[in-house]
Amino acid sequence: MVNQTHLLTVLTFLPLLGVLAVLFLRAEDRNWIRRITMATAVAEFLLSLFLLRGFAAASGGYQFVEIYNWISSPISGTPLIRYHLGIDGISLFLVLLTTFLTPLGILCSWKSIETRVKEFFVTMLVLETGMIGVFVSLDLFLFFLFWEVMLLPMYFLIGIWGHERRIYAALKFILYTMLGSILMLVAILWLYHVSGSFDLPEVQQLLQSGRISLPWRAETLLFGAFFLAFAIKVPLFPVHTWLPDAHTEAPTAGSVILAGVLLKMGTYGMLRFCLPLFPNAARHYAPWIATLAIIGIIYGALVAMVQHDLKRMVAYSSVSHLGFVVLGIFAFNTTAIQGALYQMLSHGISTGGLFLAVGMLYDRRHTHEISEFGGLAAPMPRFSALFLFICLSSLALPLLNGFVGEFLILVGTYARHAAWASWAASGSVLAAVYLLWAYQRVALGPVTNDRNKALPDASPREKLILATIALMILFMGVASPLFTRRMEASSQNILEQMQSYQIHLADRTPEGGR
Amino acid sequence: MQPSALDLYRLAPEIVLCAFGILIMLAGAFIKNQRAMGWLGFLGALAGLASLRCLVQNPGLAYNNLVRVDDFSIFFHALVIGVAGLAILGSFNYLDREQLQRGEYYALILFATAGMGVLAGANELVTAFIGLEMSSISSYILAGFRRKALKSNESSLKYFILGSFATAFFLYGIAMVYGATGTTRLDGIAAAVEAGRSNATWLTLGIALLLIGLGFKVVAAPFHVYTPDVYEGAPTPVTALLSSGPKAAAFALMLRVFFTSFGSVSGVWFWAIWAMAVLTMFAGNLAALAQTNVKRMLAYSSIAHAGYILVAFAASTELGIAAVLFYLAAYALMKLGAFTVIGHLGGTDEKRLDIKDYAGLATQQPWIAACFALFLFSLMGLPATGGFLGKFYAFKAALDSRLVWLVVLAGLNSVIGAYYYLRVVVAMYFWEPQKEFAPVPVPPAVTVVLFLAAGGTIYLGLFPSAVMNYATLSALSLR
Repeated sequence: MVNQTHLLTVLTFLPLLGVLAVLFLRAEDRNWIRRITMATAVAEFLLSLFLLRGFAAASGGYQFVEIYNWISSPISGTPLIRYHLGIDGISLFLVLLTTFLTPLGILCSWKSIETRVKEFFVTMLVLETGMIGVFVSLDLFLFFLFWEVMLLPMYFLIGIWGHERRIYAALKFILYTMLGSILMLVAILWLYHVSGSFDLPEVQQLLQSGRISLPWRAETLLFGAFFLAFAIKVPLFPVHTWLPDAHTEAPTAGSVILAGVLLKMGTYGMLRFCLPLFPNAARHYAPWIATLAIIGIIYGALVAMVQHDLKRMVAYSSVSHLGFVVLGIFAFNTTAIQGALYQMLSHGISTGGLFLAVGMLYDRRHTHEISEFGGLAAPMPRFSALFLFICLSSLALPLLNGFVGEFLILVGTYARHAAWASWAASGSVLAAVYLLWAYQRVALGPVTNDRNKALPDASPREKLILATIALMILFMGVASPLFTRRMEASSQNILEQMQSYQIHLADRTPEGGR
Repeated sequence: MQPSALDLYRLAPEIVLCAFGILIMLAGAFIKNQRAMGWLGFLGALAGLASLRCLVQNPGLAYNNLVRVDDFSIFFHALVIGVAGLAILGSFNYLDREQLQRGEYYALILFATAGMGVLAGANELVTAFIGLEMSSISSYILAGFRRKALKSNESSLKYFILGSFATAFFLYGIAMVYGATGTTRLDGIAAAVEAGRSNATWLTLGIALLLIGLGFKVVAAPFHVYTPDVYEGAPTPVTALLSSGPKAAAFALMLRVFFTSFGSVSGVWFWAIWAMAVLTMFAGNLAALAQTNVKRMLAYSSIAHAGYILVAFAASTELGIAAVLFYLAAYALMKLGAFTVIGHLGGTDEKRLDIKDYAGLATQQPWIAACFALFLFSLMGLPATGGFLGKFYAFKAALDSRLVWLVVLAGLNSVIGAYYYLRVVVAMYFWEPQKEFAPVPVPPAVTVVLFLAAGGTIYLGLFPSAVMNYATLSALSLR
């Protein structure tokens, strides 16, 4: 019924169709702008569900593949850059996460965005195209194109609709990311110089079969360039400093997308590029990276604990949670990688949910200060209940989504290195401290501030948003096999790719370059 | 000696451009409506483009081997004549506003373009020198065309004095090379150098002097110091022309001289180019960081871009040369577009040039702001723009020649560059609008220029193959 051969192209560019429609409206027709944007995003989500139907869980390779020649090589005329799309078990759910969070982000901006409404919704849709493009591109050039282009809508989201220090935060965000990505561009070109191709599967194939080989120094530098770009995006300690500013200053929808999807591009990149392409460097540096990840987990949690700004607390909690993901990826076993993937999804949902809830409080009181609130459970019982539910998910309560990911990561990591797992586990404890403590100060106890007494409870629109998130949290908590089943083959695949490379290396250079 | 018909065909664009220039000067004496001269000038540029057909059909050498018609020459002819056409179109309203509407302005642009054409097609150093002088002298006058503005006078004088100085270096270099090899023909020099029939000392000295002269014309550090003042003082449409046309033509000559004639002794000049590239990028970008005047900032940015082009130059391969050509085409479009926006918004006497004056432009005039943002993003090198593909090909060529550190430095420079381009975007999109400046309606001619420049920038960003293929063909015809 839906033509599956072009599904990925349709998914990538459908939001731009919505943009076109919105551009035809007058800026005054705010409601129509909102409706059309929302309709596009919902259609996009429903369409993306067809991916689940057509996806063959048993295969670890790329599916829904589309290849067209795009830019040809100037001298020989052979295709140089191809429009090559495809997904596997890793990108499948990240695409779904994107299409799931975007309508929620649009819904939460329904009332809170009052200036330059048309531009805002156009920006949101362009952003969605960029994000999906990043996850489905299999050509390095195409990937880089989406990766960079996507920065712009986020830059505008923060810079135009953000809070007081928005311009500083927007510039910091874009410059930090560009610094990383320009080195990645150099690495991509270098890789082309070695392999003669921009096509990811082809480069992978060449490297694994041993037909081309990278000297140790080259592999380290290439790994470093890719890894730095992704580490900045994740963000890994100590290159995380753009994140608190960007998250805090962005409008709610911006924070949701930033935390929910953009950070995942970093960890996605590590899985997609760093591990399969440069396995030796990845192995060699894994202890260092794991150390940084663990520092991030604990440091992020401790800093989150002492924040008096609710949104900043959630931002730092991301540093901590993403530390788990990086740790899982660099533990190099199927369990941990699946856990990392799962944690990527559940962090997107629960942290997205936290930002949405914090945004609702901001809409009412125009502040993020924890001390301004207190006892909100009395005037806003329904909101507080849902807020608590999301907090519990974020601190990884069993039966909720956060638990699955963290548990798998810790189990997998333990198998590799018990000390790593034990240090990381302390992050889970700290998460309970900062989240529950913040919740207690916001929602429990007597209403200390008079202005909070008459706050309205969640409106139907807000209830819809939070309930959707809560349902997804519960669903992912109890029905995790539905997800992991589809991730397993691809996770396995990555590890196998790393292994096969190892064998070639062993018979190529006995000294191994270490 | 009478030139043959074939000679005339092979010089058709220059003949057409000069004929239109002279026609404008003559008609200007009789016709009151000076704006009609503008249309005549534009027609001249179109006729020049049309006359490229004569070149395409008659490749070869002309005028006793002084002029060469090949793909390389055709590429640059198309580029500089196209630039001239857009610059003329973008000048109409500016000259009206500044009350400078005079025919000789357009005639000078055509003469300058003819000179650039000679540069691109020169097969001999003295011919190249003539082309250089034709384009330079017209440019000096154009830079000072706002006679009553002090800055414009300064611009013209500085350009003239330093430019003459550089031309002298160039001429001296020709003398040295002639002394070393006994010929001024580019292919003759190449043969002499390859056969080892040249005096190494004089040749090295000659190459160095030529490099200084050409470095001045392509605005490479350390010969760039005049640029900001000249570009800032010149009338903005002239700045648009100066930053794209003459620069491209000078690069054309530089490519020809260095790859055709001195290709076999690249060891002599390679590191000089490498160092110039690094120095130029840093000099342009670091100085641009500190600017608050948008026009001056873009002047510094054009220095930085000369640096990126030199990165491709340093690759010293066909791919590198093709990358230079592609970059120049993309660069001409975005720079022309950006300066046209500045010239349009500048207002009478070019008062609105400070970055603060662009505050809130996006709410006042969304389309102009969007166009400007596009040009800035392209200058920054964001994907899906011509600027990105230019950098992409340049970096790729340099990496294929294993210039890893040069590329890394160039990459870092483009991040530095991003900061100052983004500052303008910040002002336009994130700041509250200023009451001081009312929205300026966009006249049709400017709209057409912006549309073509923006469309071209996106076209090169998404479908670079056609232009890149031709650039590669041109590069191949160089050796």
